[in-house]
Order: sequence, then C-alpha cells, then structure tokens
Amino acid sequence: MLKNVLNNLSNLFKGSGNSGNIAKSRLKLVLVHDRADCQGDIIEALKNDIIQVIKKYVELDGELNIEISNKFDSDSKNDAAVSVLCANIPIKKMRKVSVN
Amino acid sequence: MGEVIVITSGKGGVGKTTNSANIGTGLAIAKKRVVLLDMDIGLRNLDVMLGLENRIVYNLVDVVEGICRYKQSLIRDKRFGDLYLLPAAQTRDKDAVSPEQMRKLCSILKEEFDYVIIDCPAGIEQGFKNAIAGADRAIIVTTPEISAVRDADRIIGLLEANELNNPMLILNRLRLDMVKRGDMMTVEDVKDILSIDVLGVVPDDEVIVVSTNKGEPAVTNLNSRAGRAFNNIVNRILGQKIEIMDFNRTDNFFTAIKNFFKLKKS
Repeated sequence: MLKNVLNNLSNLFKGSGNSGNIAKSRLKLVLVHDRADCQGDIIEALKNDIIQVIKKYVELDGELNIEISNKFDSDSKNDAAVSVLCANIPIKKMRKVSVN
Repeated sequence: MGEVIVITSGKGGVGKTTNSANIGTGLAIAKKRVVLLDMDIGLRNLDVMLGLENRIVYNLVDVVEGICRYKQSLIRDKRFGDLYLLPAAQTRDKDAVSPEQMRKLCSILKEEFDYVIIDCPAGIEQGFKNAIAGADRAIIVTTPEISAVRDADRIIGLLEANELNNPMLILNRLRLDMVKRGDMMTVEDVKDILSIDVLGVVPDDEVIVVSTNKGEPAVTNLNSRAGRAFNNIVNRILGQKIEIMDFNRTDNFFTAIKNFFKLKKS
C-alpha cells in the first residue's frame, strides 16, 4: 500500500506524463509522409484517367495539375490525418456536347 | 473447409510468435482442429514456444520440396487435443519456398483443419510474401510504440495491395500504469491512427516470460491477465461478442494532482 503510494508519488515527478500524446502526434506526422510516398504510379494513372474524362466536356488550357496532399482534418473530432485529392484544371472553353 | 489466418506485424519482437502460439493453443482447447505453420524459415521459434523443439523430424521446406508428405512433418501437441505444428526449416532461407507453393499447401491444410495459423516472419520481403500468399485473413500484432505502429500501418497497406482486406489488430504489451499516467498511447489512440478493428488487447505481463521459459502458452493459465486476454481473443475469433477491456486513461487521484501541477506550469 505504502509502496504504491510512493510509486505513484515518484511517477508524479518522474515521467512527463504527456509522452503518450507526444508519441501520437509524432506518429501521425510520420504516417502522413509514409502514406503519401507509396502512391506515385497510382497518381499518374489517376491523372491520365481524369484527363480522358474531362476532355470529353472541356477544352483544357495547358497542363492538368493533380496531387494528393495530407491535411489534418480540423472538423473531425479525432483530428485524424486525411488525404485530399486536389486537381487544378485550367479550362479554355466548354465543349458543345449533347447529353442524352 | 477451414480458415487460414496469418499473424503478422512488420516489426520484429512485438509478439507475433507468442500470439500465434497462444491463439493456436486456445483454439485447440476450444476443440478446434488447428495447425500452426511457422513461416520464419531460418529463425524458427514457434517450436520452443510450444515446447516441441525436441520432436522435429521434417519441416516446411521438406514438405514443399516433396521430401516428405505433409502429414509426416506435423508434430502433435498431445496436451491440447488437435493441435499440430508444422515447423520451419532452420538451416535454409526465405527463398526456399514460393508464394505459389504456399497457396497450394494452405489449400491442402484447410481441407484437413478448422484453423491454419501462420506465424509470419518480421519484414516485408520474401518471407512476408510467402506467409500471406495462402491466407484468408490477417491479424496484425503491434505494441503501443511509434516504431511498431508505423510498421503496422505499412503492413496494412501491403495487405490491402494483396487483397487481404479488413485485417484485425492485436495491441500487445500494453502497460496500464503508463497509459494511466499519460506516458503510453492508449488503445483508442492506436485504433484511431490505424483505422482498424481491434481484435484484442494483451497487457504486459511477466507470465509471458515464465510461460515461454516453460514452453506452455499463457492461454492455458486463465489466472493470468495475459492468459485471459488471449482467451478473449480466441473467443472473438470463434465469433463470440466480448467487450474489449477498458484500458483507457482514467483519471485517478494522482493524475488529477499531476494535471493540476502541469496546468500551473504552463
């Protein structure tokens, strides 16, 4: 009993008591990089597919710029890192297509 | 038709073999026909965990190369009903078998057994690829440390790429005292980060060392906390709904005082 109390008292002054949270936030940051890294080929394929679809309706002006970035989602309650697909599409003009 | 479950982690030393031994033994105690497959060719240890190291004649590589029939290589653990071990070769390397050979072996084994439990080697190279080739589902073992969770995340990605979806997580070696004082990630923390279902949480327990010393898996001792945790995991695999014990940070008197001091400092 006394030993427990002493242990707890020593813990009080020893550990930072917060390193769990430090670990969690460091880990999140590391994973953002890890997860983004292994998608090179996929992004290229995705980009080509998107261009094919868009070209049906729109005349593009220059290069289509597409990237996946990671953001910390401030809306979600657990502030988890989410991946966001951003496509920057410069449009020259819309094509006249009949939708049926 | 049985089920092939691979137990993997990426990082070494987080408890894959211990978990494999305990899950396999637990399932056998629950009257299932179980074969434990040690895929850690060159660094086998499942045999010593189970206390079967003196009975090995043939191994996995012998089976794959056709030197013996698979039934000749199986070692029965007489203590636990229908529990068998198919040991790894110790003097060969991971390239001695191929994913294709493993798929074939697994499909044969699951005709015969209710559960085929595969103990995967650490790493993401050939040994990992062999181990997951014939699996129907995966269990990922991790500990609440940055390095282990990071590797687990990588493994989840690789499993998905190999169409092994919805792996389950075992959080091993959780220290309740450290979680309580805020010096260890909680079950919820790890679960959030990996976005994966938790199959079980195993507290850090000296019993594991003792049971490994003796070659008797901890799941046989339900008086121990780790033993009960493994037993819960086994029952969840068998489809029972058992709540995960609450290991989260709870404010007690001392953390309250500590938080008070921290507030003052900042």
